[in-house]
This record gives sequence, structure tokens and C-alpha cells, in this order.
Amino acid sequence: MGFVSRGFRGRPRDVQQDSRVPPGQYLVRDFPVLSAGPTPHTPLAEWSFTIDGEVDEEKRWTWNELRALPSEMVTKDIHCVTKWSKLDTTWEGVSIDTLLEGVETAAEYVMAFCDGGYTTNLPLDDVIGGKAWIAFAYDGQPLESQHGGPARLLVPHLYFWKSAKWVRGLRLMNDDSPGFWETYGYHMYGDPWQEQRYSGD
Amino acid sequence: MDEHQLRLDGNAAAGLLQEIFVPELTAARGACAGCGAVGPLGKQHLYMAPRSPGAVLRCAACEGVLMVIVHAGGRFRLGIQGLVWLEMRDTGAPG
Amino acid sequence: MAGTALQRRLIWRTAEVVDLVDETPRVRTLVLSVPGWPGHLPGQHVDVRLTAEDGYQAQRSYSIASAPAPDERLALTVERLDDGEVSPYLAGELRLGDQLELRGPIGGYFVWDPTAGGPLLLVAGGSGICPLMAMLRARQADGIHLPTRLLYSSRSLDEVIYRAELDRLAAMQSGLDVIHTLTRAQPPGWAGLRGRIDSAMLASVAWPPTDRPLMFVCGPTPLVESVAESLVKLGHEPTRIKTERFGPTGG
Repeated sequence: MGFVSRGFRGRPRDVQQDSRVPPGQYLVRDFPVLSAGPTPHTPLAEWSFTIDGEVDEEKRWTWNELRALPSEMVTKDIHCVTKWSKLDTTWEGVSIDTLLEGVETAAEYVMAFCDGGYTTNLPLDDVIGGKAWIAFAYDGQPLESQHGGPARLLVPHLYFWKSAKWVRGLRLMNDDSPGFWETYGYHMYGDPWQEQRYSGD
Repeated sequence: MDEHQLRLDGNAAAGLLQEIFVPELTAARGACAGCGAVGPLGKQHLYMAPRSPGAVLRCAACEGVLMVIVHAGGRFRLGIQGLVWLEMRDTGAPG
Repeated sequence: MAGTALQRRLIWRTAEVVDLVDETPRVRTLVLSVPGWPGHLPGQHVDVRLTAEDGYQAQRSYSIASAPAPDERLALTVERLDDGEVSPYLAGELRLGDQLELRGPIGGYFVWDPTAGGPLLLVAGGSGICPLMAMLRARQADGIHLPTRLLYSSRSLDEVIYRAELDRLAAMQSGLDVIHTLTRAQPPGWAGLRGRIDSAMLASVAWPPTDRPLMFVCGPTPLVESVAESLVKLGHEPTRIKTERFGPTGG
């Protein structure tokens, strides 16, 4: 055992007693704000969500058009690569399945792109079949800008850096390509249950 | 809470940088590949919460990414594509 | 000493708490003895690392508040934040004789070099006074009587850190003026400034831009950004303004 600071306990954390908490994670009750850059503030009148790349035809929705689509309320556990997990978070959003209806593609991967330039890559399979949403509300309230509002990608079965804040679209790709954190060493896939935090894990 | 509260100066990354480089980098000057602005790294905008996947140093003039430092998985990975050049004083032989 | 303080490879050192001083109800100074301490420059900081019994670690940076001295000791002044993880331990639980892991000195940008000239303008919000205090203590210890003005914003008089020492330094007729502004509560008969630091206050307190002051601004991010922006708008040279943002809550 190395150095121990007498009497130091740290933030309240229940280390992995729960089968709902992946390895190496601890539970938190707050919702930490992590930031890689300034918070974008795109006016809703200028906001749009686009599906482009390896598709026959691009699709685009304005904010009002997105909000007119059928949406779902979901309750999910979320897991951040910086080791905190939060259970039973509630969101409202439009399923990616809804957005991809009628989209013809042979692509196997997507790159989410966002205001401020953030990107993250995912297999297409991981954003369809009821696994991902464009979320515009959290905990019954419109999603705050510090947490990615007006809308963020929500892909709770992967580490939360894949749930890109301030999302503006998905670019379909034939081959996998690293997004922002993936370029700097984070795992291309990011399964919390296999502790795929960094490339090579 | 937005960047007006979370944002730090590059100076706060001095410890992390000093794990990688021996010369002190926050006093070093760099040129932004995005807008050409030149200034000390310590004066630029740093996004590096205590809990963060990595440190992102952005140009104070244009918010373009200058440098990304990820210390994780037993490695340091440094992204420096945002700097055209980096310049530091030659302070002579180490003491 | 100056050269090594900027180029020494960082290692984690074990420090021992040799004194604890309550500065205000929420703020405590830790005096640490650090065997092998290589010395520091005013404005530099240290990283402190805490380890819980299960191996969980938390790390934070703290400005060194003491002047450089040859006695292998340094002082950190910590404000206890209600929702903090590290500060309640350092400014609360920590006892004399306890040990801390720290590394430093760190920082080459927010450092006071007396040869850079003056006059000196120091602007502090809350615990942002800590690195500026290292500068004032060094200024006093080394007899550098560069004309200096400190504008220090605190919520109330009770929360002014180092109040008595600042009064003493200002009374020494060594070219130092200390100007307090209290933002939330002022005692009866308060003749000092009140309210947040704004452009008008800076215009009246700061040296004129033609004097080319060297300026250090430290405190919560919103205060630092607002002050730096105001100083530039008042005509001061951006390259003579050095800032240290403490993040949302100031430390």
C-alpha cells in the first residue's frame, strides 16, 4: 500500500457494489459538467440536424421539425470514462431509428458532429435498434447548455464521451475513423462493461 | 455553468506539461495554426476540469484547439497540430 | 535558484504540516515542511494529491502564499468550499503532523519577476489573493519598493484573508497601497469601496496606462475575465496583464 492521506475520504462514492455499475466506476448523485471548450450558443432559429455522408440523399430537420417528430421518455444509467456513473437518469428525445427511417445506406459507421467542432465515432449498429436518441430534455426540463443543450446525442450503453453534446448531425461512413477523444487515445468503441477506456484496452 | 466559469488559464496545465517536458512550457510562446495569434501558452484558454478526459488548450483569440493532452492508461498523448511553432528561452545549462 | 525553479523535473514529495493558521472562518493556512524543497518564485503553485484508503485519489492545485525562503517551508492558504472534495479536508480535517503529497514548484507564466519593472497592479478576488500575497511578501522581504497597488475584492470584512498583515504592509510607507472593496456586506461606517470590481473602479484605482504597469489578476474565472477585459478597454497593454483563473468557485 502506498501513501494514504489520514482521514481523507473523498467524494461520497459507492464503489461498484451494484451490478448496474461497470468495473472501475463509482456512483455519483450530482451531474458533473466536463468541458473541452466554450459552450456554443446556436440560436434555435439557426439550428438544424443533418444526416449526410454515405447516403443517397441528405436529410435535414430544423428545430421545429425535430420537435414535431415522435419522441420518447427514457430512463438510463450513464457511465463516464472519468469513472463516475449515474443511475436512472431520465431523458426525452427522438430515437435515431426515427431519424434514419427511409435512409438508404451501406455505411457501417457514423461520426457525430457538433457545434464547437467536437466529433465522436460509433458503429451504425450502436445507434439503431432503440439504443440511441437525440435528447433535448433531461430530468423533465429542457436540456441545459452546459449539459449539451439544446440537443445532444444519447448513447447510454457506451462511455458517455460518445453521447456528444451540442450535436448537429451524423455523418455516415464506410470505415471507422477516430473522433476527437479517440484521436487522442480513447477507445474507438468504448464499452464500459469491458472497461474499454483507452485504445489498446 | 459555462466556459465563463469553468475556463482556466494555460498556467493551470503547467504541472501536467512538466510531467512530459523538462523546460517550463507555460512561459513558452506559440503561434495558433488557426488564426496566427502568438502568445504565451500560460495565457491561453484551458479546459481541464478535475474530472476530464483530457486537457484542451485553446487559442484565447479564436478558441481554436492549440494542444490536447491526455494522460491516461499509463501514457501521455499530446496533440499539437494547433500550434505552428513553439518557442522557449534557452536558460542555459540546468542547475 | 531562479533557473532551477523553472526547470526542475517534477517529483512527488512528502510534506509535513508544521503549523495551521485560521485566517477567516472558511480559510486556513497550512505551513508545510518539505525536505528537499528546491525553492519557488512568487506566483508559482503546487499540486497536492490526496489518497483514500481504497486507493481513490484526488488532486488540486494551490498557489504558494509564502515568499521564497531558504528554510524548506512553504505556506498554502485554502478556502473550504461547501461542495469541495479536497478543500474540506485541507481546511478542516488536516492536523499538525499529518503528511501531504505535493509536487512543485509549478508555473512559469504567472510569476512575478521584479526586473520586469513597474509600477505593479495586483487585483484579487477572494482566495485569488494567495499568489499575490507571495508577491507582496517577497517584495517586502527583498526590500523592493516598487510602487504597488492591490485592489482586493471580498464578500465582507470578515472574509478578507491576511487582513492584519495587509494593513501592516500598507502602513510601512514602502510604496504599497491596499484598496479593499466589499461586495456583499460592509460594516457600519465603512469608508472603503463597495460592490464588485468594474471598469469605473479600475479606472480610478489602477495606474494610468501611460505608466505601463505590470498587472496580475487572480480569482474566480468570471472576475478575472471581466477585470482583464476592462483593463484592456481602459488602454492597458494586454502583454502586461497576467491572469490566473481559479475556475468557478475560486480555488
